[in-house]
Amino acid sequence: MRKSLFEKVWDAHAVRTLANGQTQLLVGTHLIHEVTSPQAFGMLRDLGLKVAMPHRTFATVDHIVPTDQFAEPYRDPLAQAMMEELRKNCASTGITFFDRASGKQGIVHIVGPEQGITQPGTTIACGDSHTSTHGAFGAIAFGIGTTQIRDVLATQTMALGKLKVRRIEVSGKLLPGVYAKDVILHIIRTLGVNGGTGFAYEYAGELFDRFTMEERMTVCNLSIEGGARAGYVNPDETTFAYLQGRPYSPKAAQWDAAVANWQSFASDPGCHYDDVVKIAAADIAPTVTWGINPGQAIAIDESIPDAAKTNVLDEKASTEEALAYMKLTPGAPIKGTKIDVAFLGSCTNGRLSDFQEVARFLKGRKVACGVKAIAVPGSQIVALQCIAQGIDKVFSEAGFEWREAGCSMCLAMNPDKLIGDQLCASSSNRNFKGRQGSPTGRTILMSPLMVAAAAVTGSVADAREVFAVN
Amino acid sequence: MALEKITSITGPAVYVPGNDIDTDRIIPARFMKCIVFDGLGEFLFHDVRKNADGTDQPHPLNEARFKRATILLSGANFGCGSSREHAPQAIQKYGFKAVIAENFAEIFLGNCTTLGLPCATASREDIAKIAAVVAQEPTTEVVIEVVKQEVRFAGQTVKAEVRASARDALIHGRWDPIGELIDGLPAVQTTAAKLPYLAA
Repeated sequence: MRKSLFEKVWDAHAVRTLANGQTQLLVGTHLIHEVTSPQAFGMLRDLGLKVAMPHRTFATVDHIVPTDQFAEPYRDPLAQAMMEELRKNCASTGITFFDRASGKQGIVHIVGPEQGITQPGTTIACGDSHTSTHGAFGAIAFGIGTTQIRDVLATQTMALGKLKVRRIEVSGKLLPGVYAKDVILHIIRTLGVNGGTGFAYEYAGELFDRFTMEERMTVCNLSIEGGARAGYVNPDETTFAYLQGRPYSPKAAQWDAAVANWQSFASDPGCHYDDVVKIAAADIAPTVTWGINPGQAIAIDESIPDAAKTNVLDEKASTEEALAYMKLTPGAPIKGTKIDVAFLGSCTNGRLSDFQEVARFLKGRKVACGVKAIAVPGSQIVALQCIAQGIDKVFSEAGFEWREAGCSMCLAMNPDKLIGDQLCASSSNRNFKGRQGSPTGRTILMSPLMVAAAAVTGSVADAREVFAVN
Repeated sequence: MALEKITSITGPAVYVPGNDIDTDRIIPARFMKCIVFDGLGEFLFHDVRKNADGTDQPHPLNEARFKRATILLSGANFGCGSSREHAPQAIQKYGFKAVIAENFAEIFLGNCTTLGLPCATASREDIAKIAAVVAQEPTTEVVIEVVKQEVRFAGQTVKAEVRASARDALIHGRWDPIGELIDGLPAVQTTAAKLPYLAA
């Protein structure tokens, strides 16, 4: 029988059916961080349980790390306590911890791929919803809660119901100045923030065939914002080339067998999908959010929606609520909206190619007066690569603060926060109320180059015009 | 591990209107700087309940008449966003024993079930009916029948679906799967041995 990658990976990792009909699913790779794991270790201790396969769990610290301070103790004693708790939990259970001193620390979804831990045909779980990122490699990767982290630590498995699969095919080529971030914002805008409930998304078609691994990661990363529990791209030569030579990738003697095994997981041509959606790449424009969820997005040259113009009751209410919070004018162009902060980073857009692309255009430009702009590499390795290529200097000279690796202002659990109702042009993944650290702070999601365009003009702008992209 | 068999939930309810109420709204990230879940209840919906100066904003949970509510009613796509279990933990620690909404985000629903916190989905019209009764008379006893998948209140009965796997787990007292997962450990080894990346 022809099967999709999702089904193949699921079947290979299904241990048995549980009494309630869910599957006991083997989690090949478990990733943990400081925010959602300490309680899980506490539960293990309370139950007197041990970590079943410590060599299959990898830890790093990302959410709470200050990006302007390396030395400990951190100014925030709670952050310091979380850091020490993770260190202690890893040391006592034999889990590998990519601590800041290792030079390999970073956002968990950047570290996994970078180290070659994320591999095709595997199952991955992590107590973070953006775990879907790892699906870019043809892995099935789930964001899980803390009790499930306990389950995975104790048994290397979790209880889960099987998902349906929706194939999202994007044909053709993107126009200049349009990026992977725009593609996924466009998909979420089209299918809705809960359109993916119950599904895993298979991203496919010419566009994804041509995409680099980093572009695929950006798209898979935001699957959860469309309600999909997981998202993936079938593994191909691009995937294998990326993985070759990485620390945890199979070594030379095992390489060919590993690649053959990985290839066998790719969806069979003609396999069944529960749904298929087709999108033309040429229809996608630089996309920005105007509201308080990632589905509330428009193309940069569109106007801010007007609640008065819709008869759909739901849409009216949510538009009114969003615009009241965002303090935006219905019907006005989004272009030209003044910003206070520009944030470049996160597990969505904090990889080398994101900084490279922006640096190409930012050289010689200056951040607008009154705008606070910060650039936060997603990992220490990304930071080193940027420094080696002089990218950090391009950013600093333009007036960006160049910081140390972490999640930073994406969710502001560290000191990087919006103040009051500041408006932030952000390359991150959520524009929820209060997301960036201030209960009244406002976020507009966009691609990294659009963040740079907003930073240099001081307002939401079309990067294609600002940087003469063509 | 003997767990409570959750077949029905009875108590007063409160309606928190809105669609796409996300996990950052339920529990803002800054309150996750903790290594235990204790005390999260007091920060439930914090930023829409409190002003910057600590005074109250208008919010159903700030109304004295809804203080005793143990059933939370809301709109569509409740619990979207983060996988943080801090969100259902805050709801449970605040004192809620069940949530009724039009539908739920996937990870949130799973997290709630594992905590023995039933999530029931009802139609918008039916939620509005319950909300109207509760607004009139906050002490109204609302009963969620997990087995029969219905909600009873003030002499009315409406449909309320509980996902089959969650319903089974709740009513049979196996909503926390750890015992069953541990029982499966020998089979886990067999499955792992067949996978090249785990066999090594």
